[in-house]
Amino acid sequence: MLPFYQNLPFFSIVACMLTGIFTSLIHNGRTAFRVNLVLLSAVAAAQLTTLVCVVRSGAAYDYMVGIIGHPWGNELRVGPLEAALCLAFAVVMMMCVLGGWEDLNHDIHPEKLPLYFVMCDLMMASLMALTYTNDLFTAYVFIEINTIAACALVMAKDNGATIAATMRYLMMSLLASGLFLFGLSLLYWITGQLLIPDVRDAIQQLYATGQYAIPLTLILGMMMTGLSVKSALYPFHTWLPDAHGSATTSSSAILSGLVLKAYIVLIIKIIYQVVTPEIFNALHLNNVFLVMGVLAMITGSLNAIWETHVKRMIAYSSVAQIGYIFLGIGLGTRAAMIAAVYQILVHAFTKPLLFCCAGELASANWHHKHLYYLRGAGHHAPLAGLGFTLGGLSMVGVPLLGGFAVKFYLADAALLGSWQLVVALGALAASSLLNALYYVPVIVNIWSKNLHGDPDPLPGLRRKPVHAPFVVSTLCLSLGAVALGIFLQPVADLLALGLSLM
Amino acid sequence: MKDFFLTLYHQRMLVTAAILFVIGFAGLLFNWNLIKKIVGLNIMDTAVYLALTSAGYVNGRVAPIMADPKVPATMEQFINPVPTGLVLTGIVVSVSFTAFSLALTVRLYRKYGTLYLDDILFRAKRSVD
Repeated sequence: MLPFYQNLPFFSIVACMLTGIFTSLIHNGRTAFRVNLVLLSAVAAAQLTTLVCVVRSGAAYDYMVGIIGHPWGNELRVGPLEAALCLAFAVVMMMCVLGGWEDLNHDIHPEKLPLYFVMCDLMMASLMALTYTNDLFTAYVFIEINTIAACALVMAKDNGATIAATMRYLMMSLLASGLFLFGLSLLYWITGQLLIPDVRDAIQQLYATGQYAIPLTLILGMMMTGLSVKSALYPFHTWLPDAHGSATTSSSAILSGLVLKAYIVLIIKIIYQVVTPEIFNALHLNNVFLVMGVLAMITGSLNAIWETHVKRMIAYSSVAQIGYIFLGIGLGTRAAMIAAVYQILVHAFTKPLLFCCAGELASANWHHKHLYYLRGAGHHAPLAGLGFTLGGLSMVGVPLLGGFAVKFYLADAALLGSWQLVVALGALAASSLLNALYYVPVIVNIWSKNLHGDPDPLPGLRRKPVHAPFVVSTLCLSLGAVALGIFLQPVADLLALGLSLM
Repeated sequence: MKDFFLTLYHQRMLVTAAILFVIGFAGLLFNWNLIKKIVGLNIMDTAVYLALTSAGYVNGRVAPIMADPKVPATMEQFINPVPTGLVLTGIVVSVSFTAFSLALTVRLYRKYGTLYLDDILFRAKRSVD
């Protein structure tokens, strides 16, 4: 008899999709918002239960979806890592919706507001399905669901700029899906399997006998390129600043904090479960990720320095932060992969915090998002100012905050490499400096008083009243960022356990 | 040399699919016209369906649903039906993406009066500044 907790991941995915359908019948934005919050809390509770039970049992398990068994049926694979990631995704998703609730009311037509939450539900379902799935074609289908939901979230504001940004995002995503799907069909051609463990066995046989060496590299290259485009790795990041910078606050936070991560989790799953790290490193694909990650860390930050629009600046900073994850993947060792997953968690908490606080600061200044107008905004919205300061300092890598933990673990993992050591440490140092170069001036700017004789850029502002949803979201996200910076060892141990059970 | 052409002949479906895929991919990537981009997308997806169906095809066999009901069923008379199922799923996905892209295109055309993405992005940027 199956223990009940093993059903929870599947039930959560189905619950999200059913709630999405049900929400489309609701005509009141506020009701849809509440339904969404209830759903996300339930999902978070379910993931927490799963996590605790899986860690206690000490083993990952395969969950058969439907009645058809192993070689043909569909499966989920649940381990501590997957459960921990889904728990973080659910919590952050809830905080993003809460933190941007006020801006949602400002930016979106009231009649369309329930549809926004339909997309949130679908997004949550696809995030969990991408993390839990044990079947490559299911992964492809949920990549597409994720893409449609993400595009709809970007265009929710429904003005010219966001629709144009959505179109650009959609076209890049379609190219990426095409590459992934073609790679997947070729993989099916040479292995004849779709379930991840079977594909792994087939690939190991092929690799041992040396058959199809070139097609295998090509296929992996296509699938990885497709996923890299979707997760905005350096040369393919061009769509990101437009999409994340122009969307409404919640959408920017969800896209930066969660959507990019889901594809990276899939990349990690493919490396660990489909090709195994040994074969992946032997094909030298990890070096490509390393170089691209380093380039992303540097160029993302450089672009952010020139940017004067606060949300576009944070979006470019995401490009740099994604670079850290790929640096960890590219180093190729178990320790570096733990650092990469740690960065997924840290960035999932910090970036939504920054976006929500930037949105609040801007709305305290009559929705001006240029840095010049944000001067002194911290005094109009103190909590948002504090949250932004905390998030910015975490990105720079101040100790006791999440960003520091990531840099520590990445540097620690890089010490094992040869030439990677110089590249990784150099990139970490340069990137921390560059991060400081654009976050610190903004933080100083929002807390400074207007200089004597300098005309107030926006006269007549008074302190903005704080709303409960925003307070909850800021506190929770800040708490996450700080907790990840203080409890380094327990989190890293959990991630190590998760990676070893993957 | 002869071997090479023989392999090409045996893998003619895969070769065709690869050529179609490249055509579609280039169409999606290098055209600025949104409608042409969407046509490229459909060519690209069709190429993948060709690759998938031919991966499951065995010469001289039929799909399970096409088999003669009077003859007792054996494995040897059927092609592999799994890729066909995948193609069905893929078609659903590509139809929804085509619809979504076309809807966005209509919206952009109403807003900016042009179908060229470079023009649209330029105008969108100008309207923000």
